[in-house]
Amino acid sequence: MSAPSVEVRNLQTYYGTRHILKNVSVEVQAGEILVIMGGSGSGKTTLLNHLLGLLRPSSGTVRILGQDINAISPEDKQELRTKMGVAFQSGALFSSMTVGDNIALPLREHTDLDETTIGIVTRLKLEVVSLAGFEHLMPAELSGGMVKRAALARAIVMDPKLLFCDEPSAGLDPVVASSIDDLILRLRDAMGMSMVVVTHDLDSAFKIADRICVLDKGEVLALGTVDAIRSSPNERIQNLLNRRTEEAEIDPDAYLRRLMGIKEGEEDEPQGKPI
Amino acid sequence: MIPPRLHHLLDRVGRASIRSVEEFGFAASLFGEALWWLVMGRSRKQPVKLASVVNQAMEVGIAALPIITILSATIGLMLAIQGIYTLRTFGAESRVTLGIALSTVREFSPLITGILVAGRSGSALAARLGTMRINQEIDSLTVMGISPVRFLVVPPLVAMAVMMPLMTLWADLVSLFAAGVYVSSQLQTSLAAYGDELLTILRVNDFMHGLAKSSIFAALITIVGVVNGASVSGGAEGVGRMTTRSVVHAISAIIITDMVFAFMVTR
Repeated sequence: MSAPSVEVRNLQTYYGTRHILKNVSVEVQAGEILVIMGGSGSGKTTLLNHLLGLLRPSSGTVRILGQDINAISPEDKQELRTKMGVAFQSGALFSSMTVGDNIALPLREHTDLDETTIGIVTRLKLEVVSLAGFEHLMPAELSGGMVKRAALARAIVMDPKLLFCDEPSAGLDPVVASSIDDLILRLRDAMGMSMVVVTHDLDSAFKIADRICVLDKGEVLALGTVDAIRSSPNERIQNLLNRRTEEAEIDPDAYLRRLMGIKEGEEDEPQGKPI
Repeated sequence: MIPPRLHHLLDRVGRASIRSVEEFGFAASLFGEALWWLVMGRSRKQPVKLASVVNQAMEVGIAALPIITILSATIGLMLAIQGIYTLRTFGAESRVTLGIALSTVREFSPLITGILVAGRSGSALAARLGTMRINQEIDSLTVMGISPVRFLVVPPLVAMAVMMPLMTLWADLVSLFAAGVYVSSQLQTSLAAYGDELLTILRVNDFMHGLAKSSIFAALITIVGVVNGASVSGGAEGVGRMTTRSVVHAISAIIITDMVFAFMVTR
């Protein structure tokens, strides 16, 4: 049995005094699709940023493909990053480049392939995501679903072992969203990648996940197979699954304090990350 | 016991000071990192691509040539008009070339080039980086294993450092020529005599004074643009605010540095 592709141990993180992630531990086995679910503000995006090495945890370790991403040398980190692909929520395609150049960029930067080969690989990946023939368009000329697919194509252009997708189907109509889910499953089956997919879309989570990790207020509420999550007795999970709103807490004092504008503790928003 | 109002004021002053020290530190480390990538990039398998430097050089330099030409010709004419008017009070119009030559080459050309480039390219750089930042394009570069500093900061830095002195030199020539045309027609002398006079007045040192300043301006404009662009938060409005801020800061930095440089070198 090989080492897990992603291994998070006791991850804690703070923005100022706000406790964002509370002792999160989760792992992703090779070839597995793990879906991270949770409502807004549950810490999904923060966890993803930790997995990508964009944030440093206050404590705990994040191991990607067997290497601690916060402890390795810059050279190893650069090497490691060529083995993982990321499709951001907004696509994050470079708006100054054509779709083709966007997808070719990792190849141009990290390999010594000649332009003909790069062109072939680029078109090949565009075929995979059904965007053949669109390589000369600018990202601004694409529709929402096409941007997401182009971002996926760029994420897989280096044939990564590990793929991260942030909200792959958010903001798309159900048919397009479903086609993106199919695409993700196809990619896993064809290339044997491990995947971490962050989503709040229940249908798509149940369709693609091998296991689901439910985050709530920075804690792992549940971690298990699709069936285990579905049949979970936990009330908060059932609320999430059945789209019930949470019962408001009843604490008149806290309510009054909020109305009076009395802060319970200084909260610092995260500062802009240095580029 | 400090009264709450004073407390509030001190709190704000303190926070603002810390922020500006932080920004200076960020700017300095960014400049250092950019130089590091320029020199060491190849050994990290991330060389700075000549093509992207050339691209930026075209954008920063060549595309700005028409407006630089027009403005420096205008400045040359203006200096000639004012110079002759002022010297007429002493009946010393014939000495006007001295003032025009030195002030153009040492001050006006580098300043006008710097201000123009700050307005044209510094702001564009800030807006581009800011937009990339809010679109997660910078995160996207990082996770691809491409250093954003190497990819986005070094090319404009090198391009500006090369193009600014060249543009300043061009501005020198254009504005001296424009002034010469006016002076020779007003004082009924020939353009050749004006040229001869320039050659006896101007030393290489005077040109170097202007060119050295313009390369400092190049670094200032780039770093100010990048720091402001990278600090964008809060969507499109944030990009607009930081772009404005970058132009104001870059022009202020240029003018203050110009004075300090003149003070240090000229005395």
